[in-house]
Amino acid sequence: MQKALLIDPDKCTGCLQCELACSYEHEGVFNPSKSRIRVFTFHQEGRFVPYTCTQCSEAWCQQACPVDAITLNADTGAKEVSDSACVGCKVCTIACPFGTVNYNQVTGKVIKCDLCGGDPKCVSACPTQAIVYVDADQTGYEKMRQWAKETDNNPAASA
Amino acid sequence: MSWTGKILRVNLTEGTVAAEPLNMQWAQQYLGQRGLASKYLLEETDPKCDPLGPDNKMIMATGPLTGTMAATGGRYSVVTKSPLTNCIACSNSGGFIGAEMKHAGWDMIIFEGCSPTPVYLYIENDQAELVDASEIWGTSVWHTDEWLHNKYQDPLLRISAVGRSAESGCLYAAIINDLHRAAGRSGVGTVMASKNLKAVAVRGTLGVGNIKQPERFMQVVNENKAILAANPVTGQGLPAYGTQVLMNVINEIGALPAKNMQEVQFDGAHDISGEAMHEPRKSDGKPNLTTNAACFGCTIACGRISTIAQGHFTVENKAKYWGNSGGLEYEAAWALGADTEINDLDALTYANFLCNEDGYDPITFGSTVAAAMELYEMGVITDAQTGGVAFNFGSAEALAKAAEWVATGEGFGKDLALGSKRLCEKYGHPELSMTVKGQEFPAYDPRGIQGIGLNYATSNRGACHVRGYTIASEVLGVPVKTDPLVSEGKPDLVKAFQDATAAVDSSGLCLFTTFAWDMTNIAPQIDAACEGEWTAEKLVELGERVWNMERQYNMQAGITRADDTLPERLKSEEGAARTGPAKGKFSEVEKMLPEYYEKRGWNEDGAPTDETLNRLGL
Repeated sequence: MQKALLIDPDKCTGCLQCELACSYEHEGVFNPSKSRIRVFTFHQEGRFVPYTCTQCSEAWCQQACPVDAITLNADTGAKEVSDSACVGCKVCTIACPFGTVNYNQVTGKVIKCDLCGGDPKCVSACPTQAIVYVDADQTGYEKMRQWAKETDNNPAASA
Repeated sequence: MSWTGKILRVNLTEGTVAAEPLNMQWAQQYLGQRGLASKYLLEETDPKCDPLGPDNKMIMATGPLTGTMAATGGRYSVVTKSPLTNCIACSNSGGFIGAEMKHAGWDMIIFEGCSPTPVYLYIENDQAELVDASEIWGTSVWHTDEWLHNKYQDPLLRISAVGRSAESGCLYAAIINDLHRAAGRSGVGTVMASKNLKAVAVRGTLGVGNIKQPERFMQVVNENKAILAANPVTGQGLPAYGTQVLMNVINEIGALPAKNMQEVQFDGAHDISGEAMHEPRKSDGKPNLTTNAACFGCTIACGRISTIAQGHFTVENKAKYWGNSGGLEYEAAWALGADTEINDLDALTYANFLCNEDGYDPITFGSTVAAAMELYEMGVITDAQTGGVAFNFGSAEALAKAAEWVATGEGFGKDLALGSKRLCEKYGHPELSMTVKGQEFPAYDPRGIQGIGLNYATSNRGACHVRGYTIASEVLGVPVKTDPLVSEGKPDLVKAFQDATAAVDSSGLCLFTTFAWDMTNIAPQIDAACEGEWTAEKLVELGERVWNMERQYNMQAGITRADDTLPERLKSEEGAARTGPAKGKFSEVEKMLPEYYEKRGWNEDGAPTDETLNRLGL
């Protein structure tokens, strides 16, 4: 069973623990500017929104890559960048409609979320469960449950 | 090794910036942030210097855990000589700029001299430059923040700045970072403005990658994050209600100072409490609180993000205040509200927004307004001074006006910008200033909570709760419950809290972790990250060393035993608490002080003995 990242901005406090865990896992350094997941602050609205790659099935980045450096991990469903194949042409960063593939000046390669091979570190780092890792076919389950709870099924109350 | 090992030295007189190595021997003795910056200040400046002159220096310092994944590891401190107290000032802030400084490769920035014209410091990793700030001088922090972000077209730039209050000489101006976090107390912003330094803008993309034992570090960090999550204060109370969780609690035990500390309880406490911030407003049906918010790396997230109802009298036709911004913390709500007897939550939020927008300390501001209200009701201050504004206790209109005046330094704002000590002296009633060493009290009454009174009297930066937060023990029972109404045993308690706090403030971590952590939780995180061997015992001793070093600075600056005291109102029978569980009580500070000196290893004049100094390596 494949899993997917499910993000609930209402739970996010903007602490950046996910960015620190991500950059540490992939680069061995605590450095938000090298994180594959980013948290956006909308100050006027009082909202914090984590955002990262959704692992498209027909991934624009994968299709755009001229050297086949982006491949499917069949176990996790992640589209992974092979550093040995990537030539840093950045066509994938243009192709991605969501901006979640980015260039890394230090290595000359692109970086994107790879779901940490099936154990995403942003999920375990998040203190508020704003990022969870769930059955890829059931990402709407919790939201459905919340709405189901709102459904008025008490006859007395509707009288 | 977790320190970057680099200091940026900025000579504002000469207009130069230069990198130099961090003194690693001092880092082993003073750790970072508060301790290490204070060591540099003591070594490099004369404690008798004019705090607003070119001989004073201002140091922005991170701790070794700043910028790491350790929970709350985003703190930085501003250390300098205070124009409010003439003592050492050390103001600590969260937000994001501390971590950004570290990620740019700097442990510390030392500012010296005074620029001939307004400038700001721009840092991009190892590149730093002073840039002309004439276009933003005379504007608010919020405007400066927007202007810099636009100029560099960089949304990730982190900014600390001073506002118009600092420029106009308000003695309790703050340095605001990330729009609404503050190095708030003791007038550190006044010092920054006196140097013609408007802002520090930082972009760091290097990160922290030199952890001593990375695997062990991640393990202890994760263990300690779990402890914060499981603790009722750090895992539930603070995220839900922020520090405002305390308003009703402290009022109920009769230790909520009110009406310029004439009273110890406030009828309107609930109206301005953390609980009230969640309740729908009558005006627009929305709660004051939108959400909680975290500083860098913080898994507690006590910060408040709030709105003011658009129809509220303070913001009518002022659209720039209609969005969300930093909401009320407990100390601010107390000073702006309880001490002035104003129960209008949105009016307090407006004053709080202005404190952030133009950078001044809401505790000292609110307390100064309260003192002015008492003088107004006595007829000493009149409409002639206030420009016709009735300055009575309970007047939200007066508070809003006062906040606007202090923000820009206009009219009666010039008097209010002096702080309560100088204001009350000016109007011939020094006894009405509720201060220690010139700095106003925070929100816990020393009549109803005896230990905190001794901490106020002996705090190295004047009256302050976060120098030795005995409230944890005396009210919340952390780590053990002590009776707030008795003075016995409190000198030991105060010393223990003060020393531990000095160590935490030197690490890069937030003091609020200590509701759940003690030194045995903090030491392994430092030890896994940093060169050297870091044990709980070593940290406690380091904290004591820092405390005594600050005391040395203050004594050289001219502080004596006579300054280690409280206003007569709080320590005399005439001023005894009139209601609540502490009724009839007054602070027994004079009784506790000699024992405190003895426990500290100080002589009866409050000076550390040679034996104490030798023991601590000072």
